[in-house]
Amino acid sequence: MTPPPSITPDISFESLMDHTEFRVDADRAHITVDEEKCRGCSVRGCVVACPARLFVPTSDGGILFNYEQCFECGTCYLVCNEEGAITWTYPEGGHGVVFHRS
Amino acid sequence: MRGCGRCGAVRRGSRRYSAPVASEPPDGPAPNPSDAEPAGGPVVGPDGVTRVDAVVVGAGPAGSAAALQLARAGRSVVLVERGPFPGAKNMYGGVIYGRILDSLVPGWTEEMPIQRWVTRRQTMMLTESQAMTIDFRTEAWGEPPYNGATAFRGDFDPWLAGKATDAGARLLCSTTATGLIFGTGDAGRRVVGIRTDRPGGELYADVVIAADGVNSFLAKEAGLYPTADAANYTVGVKEVLSLPRTVIEDRFGVRGRHGVDIEIIGATGEVPGGGFVYTNLDSVAIGLVLSLPKLAAGGRRPEELLAELKAHPAIAPLIDGGEPQEYSAHVIPEAGFDMMPQLVGEGLLVSGDAAAMCLAAGLWLEGVNFAIGAGAAAGRAAAVALDAGDTSAEGLSSYVDRLERSFVLEDHRRLRQAPHLLMGERIQQKYPQMVCNTVERVFRVDNPLPKQRIHEIVLDEVRRSGVRAADLVRDGWAALRTFG
Repeated sequence: MTPPPSITPDISFESLMDHTEFRVDADRAHITVDEEKCRGCSVRGCVVACPARLFVPTSDGGILFNYEQCFECGTCYLVCNEEGAITWTYPEGGHGVVFHRS
Repeated sequence: MRGCGRCGAVRRGSRRYSAPVASEPPDGPAPNPSDAEPAGGPVVGPDGVTRVDAVVVGAGPAGSAAALQLARAGRSVVLVERGPFPGAKNMYGGVIYGRILDSLVPGWTEEMPIQRWVTRRQTMMLTESQAMTIDFRTEAWGEPPYNGATAFRGDFDPWLAGKATDAGARLLCSTTATGLIFGTGDAGRRVVGIRTDRPGGELYADVVIAADGVNSFLAKEAGLYPTADAANYTVGVKEVLSLPRTVIEDRFGVRGRHGVDIEIIGATGEVPGGGFVYTNLDSVAIGLVLSLPKLAAGGRRPEELLAELKAHPAIAPLIDGGEPQEYSAHVIPEAGFDMMPQLVGEGLLVSGDAAAMCLAAGLWLEGVNFAIGAGAAAGRAAAVALDAGDTSAEGLSSYVDRLERSFVLEDHRRLRQAPHLLMGERIQQKYPQMVCNTVERVFRVDNPLPKQRIHEIVLDEVRRSGVRAADLVRDGWAALRTFG
């Protein structure tokens, strides 16, 4: 196992993400996380599997997440082993990720 | 941080993280999307209710093919797309096999927005320091009637949706379907329309076609999907790297609009999956497909595994100097036939990835063609049901008959074991090493020792791999039964 990721920005990954367009909906997060359920979770598949690195564990056992650079793939809720800890819907129409060359 | 002038992204620089909340998110005001299709306004009846014959959710290849068939049958149809344009939310493994378009869009080879026609197809087995490649090329696939092409979904999906709108379908972009509308009373399980996030955005229809992609919240809401099991899914990650056109042609050994598709096994470490490299006109796409449960349990991130593939001695020279253009990810319904939902509900059809119709069968990795075939069948079945005035599940059931008679369910049924076989530990971990070691020894010259007999090398490498002979025979038999 690799050590848990740090919240310090990874420059190479951030610059990779910089090439993808996100039309962020500032009014609504399309991902919600139930912190109580996450605190009881030892697996945390979302942390390693999310291809956009949106989930970051905190030292006190919680989870921080970012919804703004989400690929809207659904990996997080599919690998979540705590029923309903991650609630995931699509962003409002016209918002979120916009692929051009994929 | 460097911005991307071409796409005009909204959000740049270091990201913000939020603390989780247990409550529901606040409902923001309904957006007024600037990219909305202006001609897409649905029909509002005198009673103030918006009604059409059919609503198709998702303007990917399945949805656009369905809308095209319905419009051609003279039906009023609204095609709802949550992205600002069709294809904006879509990403795939790179090749569109367009034969299914011969009947649907005659002349497609002349006008479909492609990157390159695939004339060279490679299957590569990798170990950390070895590569064994089967390399096939034919000029036939670079001329009419062609076989498959690489294309950007941001080009292809709008083109196909344009065929539907040309035929009379109305395309509503920047519109997310937020749920189904069910009938009342005795018709309580019957789908009668959809809710959208547009102001006053209820759309009533005699039939709804859910072509809303791999996560299909509509099929789940209708109760057509058993619980989503992560084991049935993979996630694909992909980088598009720009390179000069002539550099691509020299490195990949092709000219003009000819291109290469490389499928790779043994590139994903402990995580079952596969890799791919393919050529666009002036960029190369490289990516991985990774099994979700093992990925989540393994501690290696998708981008780390992809970085290893990019650094592999057999791959690195192909992409050297490529400038990143786009990074993307998408979930794939990997398990095919065995994870398909019920395809027909009361007033509802499910099609494309929403119905797990992507084919991940190792030798054959296809999806767009299956989506088009399934979507066209859904559109035809819906049109026939509308003509008969019966869009109940019974009235719509010709959809399944059509799929059974076509490659969509015939191929899926015949190849139902393929995903399990290919994701198994031996094919993923043992066989690439065994094959590469064998070939290395066959071609290695050990003078002054004489050449070893090939069957001795093979037997020795099988022994060293730790694979039991019985398992080898079993896998061989399974592969023969599935693919033979």
